[in-house]
Amino acid sequence: MKTRYTFGGDEHIFVEVDEEMSLEAFFKSLSMTSAVRDSAIKGVTEICPANASLQIKFNPDEISPEDMLAELKSLESAAESGDNTLQTRIMEVPVYYQDPWTHETLMRFRERHQDPNSSDIEYAARINDFGSVDEFIAAHSGAPWFVSMVGFVAGLPFLYQMVDRPRQIEVPKYLSPRTDTPKLTVGYGGCFSCIYSVRGAGGYQMFGVTPMPIYDPNQEIPYLQDFMCLFKPGDIVKFKPINRDAYDQAVEDVDAGKFQPLMRDVSFSLGDFGADIDGYNSKLQEVLYDN
Amino acid sequence: MTIKVISPGLATTVQDLGRPGYYHLGIPLSGGMDRFSLQAANLLVGNEPGAAVLEAVFMGPDLEFTQDATVAVAGAELPPKLDGEPRKTWSSFAVKKGQVLSFDFLKEGARAYIAISGGVDVPVVLGSRSTYPLGALGGHQGRALQKDDELPLGGGAGPGDGRAVPAGLQRMPGNPAELRVLPGLYWHRLTEVSGKNFFSDTWKVAPEADRIGYRFRGGRKLDFVEREQPFGAGSDPSNIVDACYPYGSIQVPGGTEPIVLHRDAVSGGGYFMLGTVISADMDLIGQLQPHMPAKFVEVDMEGALAARKERHLLLDNIAAALA
Repeated sequence: MKTRYTFGGDEHIFVEVDEEMSLEAFFKSLSMTSAVRDSAIKGVTEICPANASLQIKFNPDEISPEDMLAELKSLESAAESGDNTLQTRIMEVPVYYQDPWTHETLMRFRERHQDPNSSDIEYAARINDFGSVDEFIAAHSGAPWFVSMVGFVAGLPFLYQMVDRPRQIEVPKYLSPRTDTPKLTVGYGGCFSCIYSVRGAGGYQMFGVTPMPIYDPNQEIPYLQDFMCLFKPGDIVKFKPINRDAYDQAVEDVDAGKFQPLMRDVSFSLGDFGADIDGYNSKLQEVLYDN
Repeated sequence: MTIKVISPGLATTVQDLGRPGYYHLGIPLSGGMDRFSLQAANLLVGNEPGAAVLEAVFMGPDLEFTQDATVAVAGAELPPKLDGEPRKTWSSFAVKKGQVLSFDFLKEGARAYIAISGGVDVPVVLGSRSTYPLGALGGHQGRALQKDDELPLGGGAGPGDGRAVPAGLQRMPGNPAELRVLPGLYWHRLTEVSGKNFFSDTWKVAPEADRIGYRFRGGRKLDFVEREQPFGAGSDPSNIVDACYPYGSIQVPGGTEPIVLHRDAVSGGGYFMLGTVISADMDLIGQLQPHMPAKFVEVDMEGALAARKERHLLLDNIAAALA
């Protein structure tokens, strides 16, 4: 990993922790953003962690760009020698894979896809050497995911799966972006999954849909009354495949204000995780399901 | 204490100076695209410079006042009319209860800022009254104005007729528009020739130009330095591991059409950026019409900060002239 600092005009510093994605790069970006928040540097207006980078927005009338750069650099070594543990949450996200709504949408944009003759999930399963779509779904919903970035649009999580690199799923984005994506679509592009928080344009492959709202600007949904966006960088997500009946029931519960996401506080250690990935992921799921 | 929307214009929204602090959750700053004109309009009607105004793009709304007020229109040359009688832009005018404010056709620029004494008093959401339509957040019900909407006003008749911003203190883009850029971010991905071409070519504003971003076309295609794509970046040479996008950053998907992100920016994504339009010139982008020619002009940090200072000074001079 080689950290690179660069100015985004006179109001931003962009820090590329690493050119390539890894959990280590994500952790360093998260530690650096926490360090910036804790040090309360004057003039800072936005602190944004991303997958393998971070961005600070500042007011150059209050702190000169050079001084801001020096402050950030001074925080880097402390962030690097951090203990790489995280107090966070793990939550379950139910997914109705191969649902009719994303299917209808993907059929409308077939000419923008690499393989017009299969669905997005059939294509993703095939190019990642899975024997069937069911095996692919088992892999996608098997190991948990880190929310490695929130953004693009309000409340949209980018998710990076907590498996070693040979098991990472990689899928290209659409050849040219769609003008439509159903709300709450579970998508995939590069090595990231995502959940579209609002309906709109998108370039990620579409695998399914969750009944669980993740963004509510009116804050009427009970679990979004504290804040309108559900996800924060560092959250851990476990996908759970559900069928049409369970999806319909969940939507009914959401509409009645009765739906509560399954969510537990958890401590994550990057070191312990790296020593035994599958064992550690099992333990995380034990916490989630109170086993 | 309201104005009634008789006809909404094309995409008229409530905007102030924006909503900082939530970009890490994908909620952009929003606020007036041309913050300079927004502040000038507010100063003309005796408001705080950052009060909420209406931003009208290309076409003005028709508004009926239910109380006396002072109004000023700054930014685009979108000539106002009061009960059909012409009024000047960059000048304050008194409006009586029952009068209708409407607009003539757009003459120059793209966005007019309609300030009303007391400001537009929609609810403050996450610290701002600005509208973020993509997230259905803020402003009037999270969306552009519609016929028959009623907007609450902060109140007060304001200073009335006769306050004006002198022509020398107004700021609008030239032709071609010159947008100053600090190279950086992923500039090193471009070949040397493409980097030179980007600044020497004349571009044109594409029809896909809105509050999220402005697309440009007409320059030569940019070529990339060859490399093996990093893990997680995606296969196109213009792809990076998804990262944050600065306001004003210039991404060029596939190397063909530069997109400058603006106040309602998508907060991140997987395209390389070659640099950033400096803060002082972001206002100018908000006044560009589709098909208008534009040049990107290279500056260093010193130049960017000097331009920033100059813009502040111009606003200070307006405030002093109207004090």
